[in-house]
Amino acid sequence: MNLLADAFRWLFSPERLTGGQPLPAAIGEHLWYTFVSVLIAALIAIPLGWLIGHTGRGREIAVAISGAARALPSFGLIVLLVLLVGVLNKPLAAVTAFVILAIPSILAGAYAGFEAIDRRVIDAARAMGMTEWQVLWKVEVPLGMPLLIGGLRSATLQVVATVAIAAYVNLGGLGYYIIQGVPLRRFDQILGGALVIVALALLLDGLFALVQRFVVPRGVSAGRPRELRSSPTRRRAVVGTPIEEGKG
Amino acid sequence: MFTARNKGRLALGAAVVGAALALSGCASGDPLDPGTDDGGSTDTITIGSQAYYSNEVIAEIYAQALENAGFTVERDFNIGQRDAYLPSLESGEVDLFPEYTGNLLQYYVPDTTATTSDDVYADLQDALPDGLEVLDQSSATDQDSYNVTAAFAEENNLESLADLKNVTVPLTLGGAPELEERPYGPSGLLEKYGVTVGFSATGDTTVEDLLAGTINIANVYSADPRIQTEDLVTLSDPDGLFLASNVVPLVNSDIADQIADVINAVSAKLTPEGLVALNVKSTVDQESSEDIATEWLTDNGLI
Repeated sequence: MNLLADAFRWLFSPERLTGGQPLPAAIGEHLWYTFVSVLIAALIAIPLGWLIGHTGRGREIAVAISGAARALPSFGLIVLLVLLVGVLNKPLAAVTAFVILAIPSILAGAYAGFEAIDRRVIDAARAMGMTEWQVLWKVEVPLGMPLLIGGLRSATLQVVATVAIAAYVNLGGLGYYIIQGVPLRRFDQILGGALVIVALALLLDGLFALVQRFVVPRGVSAGRPRELRSSPTRRRAVVGTPIEEGKG
Repeated sequence: MFTARNKGRLALGAAVVGAALALSGCASGDPLDPGTDDGGSTDTITIGSQAYYSNEVIAEIYAQALENAGFTVERDFNIGQRDAYLPSLESGEVDLFPEYTGNLLQYYVPDTTATTSDDVYADLQDALPDGLEVLDQSSATDQDSYNVTAAFAEENNLESLADLKNVTVPLTLGGAPELEERPYGPSGLLEKYGVTVGFSATGDTTVEDLLAGTINIANVYSADPRIQTEDLVTLSDPDGLFLASNVVPLVNSDIADQIADVINAVSAKLTPEGLVALNVKSTVDQESSEDIATEWLTDNGLI
């Protein structure tokens, strides 16, 4: 408890507003790297995930590649990329590493959101004469949104926690306090920096939890996880055969 | 299914633990058994080294120099860190070890205030426990040092840290993040030499950053091979900003007199540039310690 008290004393000391690495600037850098990385990852992963979810093709490849990407250690990757692109492009190297970290969750959220939709709904949409684009935008995207937001949520959490290693390649952020504090054995500083990262992670997670509630389309309760689990996620309608009743 | 798998894991775990115990038994059998080679009074001289390539090369140089002088040598290299090998030196199992004055002094006197090479050496002689002593220190160092590129040094006429005062461009010091708060960091530079520098936490890419120009002073270990390969200039430290850490032979007092002549001759020839060159051969040219040592001793006329 004493250490925790020290950490809070460190956090709220007036020195945090001055010096080489003021706390507000570090928080700003940390959030900026998180935001940019998740945004770029989303721009790549969401269209790709929707394409996979809509067509039902390429899922195995996507799972394999994003699974492999998940296994990449971000720390090693960031150092490797800095050495590859040169020390003048450190931000590029760092953001690339974080984007690679964020893509798997978002990709999974995007295609899993589509796959979780009851195929009968999509069949019904087609039967009503909707075009593929209309099926995508009016049925699949709204119904898949809660899971997509879930994917963005876990990607953001992973990235906000991992951006701490940006300090290792001199990009600042809250990890600087930790990386500097360890060799100096300043445990109040280490814990203080870690606590701010935890607070940011909780804050962002809370925001996404709110968003996730609001994007569930009116009248649909199937967006809630409990219902999703109880129905098979990979149900495929086969044209020409009657839909089984009483299942799902 | 799960139970079977768990049992398998348990068995595997037990095997791993068993193997680890057996192995640790082997490992501790040798260095912790005081038995035979007690006090270095026998004819064989046991030379140890840290698990650090540069240290091993120096140990190998000691070994070959002693062999050349007719001593029987046993090599016990790669022992690891100070906490691991100092007890075996104190117990007399290892007789001779290449050490570094500043770091060794800090081990025995953590709050030492000596920084210059001579002060450190003098304090170290007082601080060593009974039964251990150091022979002459060499001029070669392995310590923190501030380096600039050769071009920057020439442009601004830099040789010593004191010369930095006359540089007109803004100076940025790069190094590990903790350097910002170290006594020899920016605050020490201002205090000892009146030089104001900015700080950049360049960490592992400090040398690359120096070459790319994002910083103009880099904290690099003085024996780093890149000082030679990247053509860096190490600024001298006349006022003792850094804790000097010269290469010094740490020996068991029982044999100190016997080997002093041979080892002191080696230390006299070991220069800072020479140590960097040895490290270049080890890391860049990938030569073995034996070859590097033989070559160095021959070049310096010691064997």
